[in-house]
Amino acid sequence: MSLDSLLFQAVNGLASASGLFLVAAGLSVIFGVTRIVNMAHGSFYMLGLYIAVTLAPLLGEHLGGAAGFWGGIAGATLAVALLGAAVERVLLRRLYNAPELYQLLATFALLLIINDAALFLWGPEDILGPRAPGLSGSVELLGRRLPQYDVFLALIGPVVLVGLHLLLTRTRFGRLIRAATQDREMVAALGINEALLFTAVFALGAGIAGFGGALQMAREPASLSLDLSVLGEAFVVVVVGGMGSIKGAYLAAVLVAEVKALCTALGVIEIAGYTFNMSWLTLVAEFLVMAVVLVLRPHGLFGRALAATKAGEAEPPLLPLDRRGRALVLAAILLFAAMPLIGMFFRYAPVLALDMVIAALFAASLHFVMGPGGMASFGHAAYFGLGAYGTAFAATQLGLSTPLAFATGIGTAAAGAALFGWFCVRLEGVYFTMLTLAFAQIVWSIVYQWEDVTGGSNGLFGVWPDWPFDSRAGLYLAALAVALGGLALLRRIVFAPFGLALRAGRDSRLRAEASGIPVARVRWLSFALAGTLCGAAGGLFAFAKGSISPEAISVGRSIDGLVMVLLGGVQSLMGPLLGAGAFTLLQDTVMRETDYWRALLGLVILVLVLLFPFGIAGGLRRVARLRRAGGAR
Amino acid sequence: MSAPSPVLAVRGIAKSYGGVRALDGVSFEIAAGELLALIGPNGAGKSTCFNIVNGQLRPDAGTVHILGRDVTGLPPRRIAGLGVGRTFQVAAVFPSMTALENVQMALIAARRGVFGFWHPARRIAREEALALLEQTGMGAQAERPAAALAYGDVKRLELAMALAGEPKLLLMDEPTAGMAAGERREMIALVRRLTRARGLAVLFTEHSMDVVFGHADRAIVLARGRLIADGPVDAVRRDPLVREVYLGGTRPGREARP
Ligand SMILES: Nc1ncnc2c1ncn2[C@@H]1O[C@H](COP(=O)(O)OP(=O)(O)O)[C@@H](O)[C@H]1O
Ligand SMILES: [Mg+2]
Repeated sequence: MSLDSLLFQAVNGLASASGLFLVAAGLSVIFGVTRIVNMAHGSFYMLGLYIAVTLAPLLGEHLGGAAGFWGGIAGATLAVALLGAAVERVLLRRLYNAPELYQLLATFALLLIINDAALFLWGPEDILGPRAPGLSGSVELLGRRLPQYDVFLALIGPVVLVGLHLLLTRTRFGRLIRAATQDREMVAALGINEALLFTAVFALGAGIAGFGGALQMAREPASLSLDLSVLGEAFVVVVVGGMGSIKGAYLAAVLVAEVKALCTALGVIEIAGYTFNMSWLTLVAEFLVMAVVLVLRPHGLFGRALAATKAGEAEPPLLPLDRRGRALVLAAILLFAAMPLIGMFFRYAPVLALDMVIAALFAASLHFVMGPGGMASFGHAAYFGLGAYGTAFAATQLGLSTPLAFATGIGTAAAGAALFGWFCVRLEGVYFTMLTLAFAQIVWSIVYQWEDVTGGSNGLFGVWPDWPFDSRAGLYLAALAVALGGLALLRRIVFAPFGLALRAGRDSRLRAEASGIPVARVRWLSFALAGTLCGAAGGLFAFAKGSISPEAISVGRSIDGLVMVLLGGVQSLMGPLLGAGAFTLLQDTVMRETDYWRALLGLVILVLVLLFPFGIAGGLRRVARLRRAGGAR
Repeated sequence: MSAPSPVLAVRGIAKSYGGVRALDGVSFEIAAGELLALIGPNGAGKSTCFNIVNGQLRPDAGTVHILGRDVTGLPPRRIAGLGVGRTFQVAAVFPSMTALENVQMALIAARRGVFGFWHPARRIAREEALALLEQTGMGAQAERPAAALAYGDVKRLELAMALAGEPKLLLMDEPTAGMAAGERREMIALVRRLTRARGLAVLFTEHSMDVVFGHADRAIVLARGRLIADGPVDAVRRDPLVREVYLGGTRPGREARP
């Protein structure tokens, strides 16, 4: 490594930090005032870039290259800000009093819809923007040549930081934002038009993110995967810097970007005869930065503890099944066990049933941390992925027998969940959610890049089980047995002292600790346990499909799990199973027919969150109650 | 022969929030079987005092000894494990569980049975839990969800939970807040009965002076974070300083509820 490349990478790091900072700052400002973590914030960044690369050439034709380029950036910023205002008016406004989880999901639905809208408008190919006129050369620094545009971007971050600081401290609008961040009742009491303030803040945050995206025009192409990758990185930055702190966001962005740049600069090094590709370490480095900061300062560098979060209504006490319930469950088990026979008449039934069985285990394991644990994980796909890849690697590369390969997968997931869980359970509310998503992004990136082990973007193929699981019926019945075992275990635990303690910690951490319950340890263990069973679902998935690719373990899968749980109803134990069945049916039939299934899923989520917050199980209970009330009369 | 060590000994504890001195060199003791009232106007530092004793807050200075053991800075769950039950100014129970499950949970935790993964919790410590609910007058409500209970009943449920695991020391921050006058008297009388029977040491706060003077053995008075009186209730009632800063200043029992 030379000083040359180090300096180059350092400037490059600062340039990336600026983009990251702009997204994180917008996220922070919006959260400060509205208390909503906007999952669609990466989408604003992505849209800014798409609009800029479209607008710049158009404007350039009439006004010349320079005016086109800068006009494109300004236009994109403005357009995204306006879109932000519209989103706040139409959607966010309905969510301010909803439980946190619904806010997260609704804004995630927005991410899905925006992504498909971009696919519709711009197509699936990446789009390159024009170079920056006047800034496409390089500058000399300490005798080295650096790209001018990178130097310009590196300077933009501090400029916006100072600008935002002035806005927040010197203007009436800024003072209102700060007042609202500290004490929402006060703003209402001051007789300020709260609705207008919220719209303006959302437009501001969206505009900053759109600006950040538009600025990347000369550096990277507009692509449909940007929304999630930027969101994951912004979460890391916000968790490290501390939610609500603009200064923290900048420092964290610089820290994260520089550590990555350093790893890239180190390149390939040789230690004791072994060659290490240090650029591969960038992902691990990101994880380490986050881990160190969170251990030392759980609320980030400049963050404070969040006020207690809004929970939904207390759920009704969980009851064991009555006789009718047991009979129904038994009937369902028999139906599923008979699926190989049914398959003789309906060929597609066993395929669908296998998908449902795997989905049920996946959803139930997520529900365990989310429902009884009260911890909304947006990164459950990570453990699905570790289980699937662990199994696939052991089966194909190590040549282990099917049961051993499966056990390896489960073990991998358990280890991952125990490691990540240790950090996650130290955080509460949205911090927890952001960290789970960030970890899942890291797992995904590692899988994507570690080609020797994971097969990179292609994934691993030929994951076929051996005898007696090599027949369709054999595999199906084995999967059914594993899933039923997992579901029974979870159910047993929910009603055991441990499950009661888990619910106690969710209901009132204060009371639980005062009664002598080690809440943190209970949460950690439950997280690890859920990850382990989720890994089993992943292992089954690998065998069922015969292959595994990064796409199958992306954030999308985490969201699928959340939708299954919500579709079925988070407040009951059967809910996730019903939801998994319904969702799989929907996915294997309707969604397969369209290119725009993301938008469709987004709409399903919005309908669920806005209209049926208690899911299928909640709906059924309500119907039953009404019937009983009707019968009594 | 030395006297038996007090159940709770607080020595010189201090706590500031930013510039506000919430507690400033407070010391007192409680003996087994004693009902000690901690009184003082709102903002005097009473809740802060409770939070330090049960480990929720770490004092800036001073020590807390329970049964002769230094527990300063231990987390709440460890202090609970040493036999300290606690109720909160704003009652905290587990709303998604039935009253019975709430008490069973408290009993399971007190017996270090939290890491049980197999046997249904419903069948564990059921009789004891029912007995505790019976004693606090909640027997008829055992199967109702805690979320559906009236506030006074939530307070009683919390008492039952605090009594689980046979504590030696009971900390009750405003056990009657939010209750009607008749209910208050009943509640304190109940506490007194239960604790007498068990030889429990109790520290509690209460705004109604009638209740305090009618039931407590001893009272300590806090004002602006300092202890200004400590003695039998009659002596405290007559103390001119107490009358001035507390009884004279505000109308006892009629302050704004938090
Ligand atoms: N978390 C806190 N942060 C800042 N100040 C606090 C906090 N908790 C209490 N205080 C202040 O400390 C003082 C004592 O409060 P507290 O112990 O609740 O009094 P009491 O229970 O007697 O009404 C009050 O002035 C209160 O405003
Ligand atoms: Mg108080």
